[in-house]
Amino acid sequence: MSPLRQRLRRSPLLQLWLARFRELYRDPSAIFWIYGFPILMVVALGIAFRSQPVETIRVDVIAHADAAETARLLGRRSDAHLRLQVAVHPAELARRRLRTGKTDLVIELSRAGSGGGALRYRFSFDESRPEGRLARAAVNDRLQAASGRRDTAQVLPDRRTTESGGRYIDFLVPGLLGMSLMGGGMWGVGYVIVDMRIRKLLRRFLATPMRRRHFLSAIMLSRLVFMLPEILVLLLFAYFAFGVVIYGSLLTVTGLILLGAFTFAGIGLLVASRARTIEAVSGLLNLVMMPMWILSGIFFSWERFPEAFHPVIQALPLTALNDALRAAMLEGASTGALLLPVAILAAWGSVSFALALRFFRWS
Amino acid sequence: MDTLAIRCTGLEVRYPGRPPVVAVRGLDLAVRQGECFGLLGPNGAGKTSTIEVLEGLLAPTAGAVEVLGLGWSRDATRIRERIGISLQETKLPEKLTVLETLILFRSFYRGGIEPEQAMQRVSLEEKSGAWVGKLSGGQRQRLAVACALVGDPELLFLDEPTTGLDPQARRQLWEIIRGFREQGRTVLLTTHYMDEAERLCDRVAVVDRGQVIASGSPRDLIGGLGCDHVIEFSLGAGANGVPSLAQLGALPSARSAREEEPGRFSLAVGELHLALPALLAQLREAACELESLSTRPATLEDVFVKLTGRHLRDDEARSA
Repeated sequence: MSPLRQRLRRSPLLQLWLARFRELYRDPSAIFWIYGFPILMVVALGIAFRSQPVETIRVDVIAHADAAETARLLGRRSDAHLRLQVAVHPAELARRRLRTGKTDLVIELSRAGSGGGALRYRFSFDESRPEGRLARAAVNDRLQAASGRRDTAQVLPDRRTTESGGRYIDFLVPGLLGMSLMGGGMWGVGYVIVDMRIRKLLRRFLATPMRRRHFLSAIMLSRLVFMLPEILVLLLFAYFAFGVVIYGSLLTVTGLILLGAFTFAGIGLLVASRARTIEAVSGLLNLVMMPMWILSGIFFSWERFPEAFHPVIQALPLTALNDALRAAMLEGASTGALLLPVAILAAWGSVSFALALRFFRWS
Repeated sequence: MDTLAIRCTGLEVRYPGRPPVVAVRGLDLAVRQGECFGLLGPNGAGKTSTIEVLEGLLAPTAGAVEVLGLGWSRDATRIRERIGISLQETKLPEKLTVLETLILFRSFYRGGIEPEQAMQRVSLEEKSGAWVGKLSGGQRQRLAVACALVGDPELLFLDEPTTGLDPQARRQLWEIIRGFREQGRTVLLTTHYMDEAERLCDRVAVVDRGQVIASGSPRDLIGGLGCDHVIEFSLGAGANGVPSLAQLGALPSARSAREEEPGRFSLAVGELHLALPALLAQLREAACELESLSTRPATLEDVFVKLTGRHLRDDEARSA
């Protein structure tokens, strides 16, 4: 045997890491949960929130002597991007349809004076719905044009783009990245530790001269390595399926991903440091992760929560990671701008690791 | 050589609880270097608590422990380098191969033998590339012992090494333990099999309720009974009734008589050729129907029965 191989054989850190690595890749179901699950999630959400052309705008005209004529007028002219679907309904039905969201705009017709004057329009719509505001503008434009308005400003034909960066999927992918780093780190470390404790393997290791820090470092390191393909698969899939690209520096993003993996592996270690059953550790892991799933801006921005909560939310590790990833991926933020979230992450990670070392129960 | 591999005095282990459970109460032990020493006792006697204290895995409530002349509080790592341990129930990673597992354990020790060599000592070379999860119970147990051997220990701790194994697998393990002992090294094992203790151990300590109630070589302990044989017989109902225990105890060279269960007796005797004809004569006189009769040499089991009035394993006593 070559001296190098002999030396590698004698490295406890490497051998502990290899053991974790082998256990994982020899277990197909673990592979699916680690790698298949995040991809399924991106696919499902990507499909649900893909950018669509503006759909048909639905307009109801309340029954009136001139209703048919108005409907014809609105329905006739149409451009490629906006299609009006016009229907004539009695007043009460039209109002009910508006209230239940079956129509976007209701037009009420009347004549000035005692019926012989000019035709007048009154629009009803729900101002909180973008479709309503869009419908009002579009319908108003067409009616004005039909009654003789001339546009005087010279506008050249539109140049339409659907550039990546601002779409929902672009917002979503960094969030999913953060979520998968959190879930993978906490489960990957927490579950494995408790499982080894139940099987008395920790106790068996303790009965050897093995150094404790070698063991804990190997667990943390194996997380960092398993996470790389997981993240790569997610990013490549997002790129090929939805055209999600990284605007910022690849190095910064990689650094953030590693830091995130370390932080959550550390928290996972702490959560698992005393737990004696799978049930206990599952409960604890969910308890720790649940607030971050909701608050930390995976699916929507955390700024939607009342301002009083913001300092607390920003102090959560997943918020820091998501914010930093978004800033680095979408805006290409510089390292300096990332200082605060990076500091928050590093603090969570190292304090958790230190506490875990201190309180770790080996049997 | 009369250096001690293990010395332990006044050992006490109490588990907190309401009420606290006292597993070991004032246990003294002295294991010489180069001997195979057995802790023999029924389940729950405190054997595992004792061995875990000696292995440095459990802190004793009271008492002093010295292993290879060192103490756990100051020299834990130095002791660990020099001892090998097989715990009662360790589930090694199922998806590692035999060789990978041994390489892993070898990496923890500064010195030791090659993993391949350890594999060879427990005759698992053919299973080198097999996953641990695919091994039989006996093979797993041999691998556990190989993990203990891979650091080339001077002192080997084995907690119930053959529990749950079939006779062939047990004999294989005994051979491995004998081989280790023949290198002049020390073994401390716990067992509740008296035949294991008799065949394997140079000396045993009989443990009951957290204390050593007798210790010495198996031969001396059995010799101390003053009877070399045990006659076991069972009776159907007789015309003049079953003989009393006092009658049986008065037979020539009989030391003690017990009724294991109604109609089933055991009689410890010094001289078989005196006791047996007398017993048969008495049974004929009482017109008892003899259903079965067997004789066997006295064992450690009888020592335990004599000391405690109970069997090591109740289930074994019933099927014997």
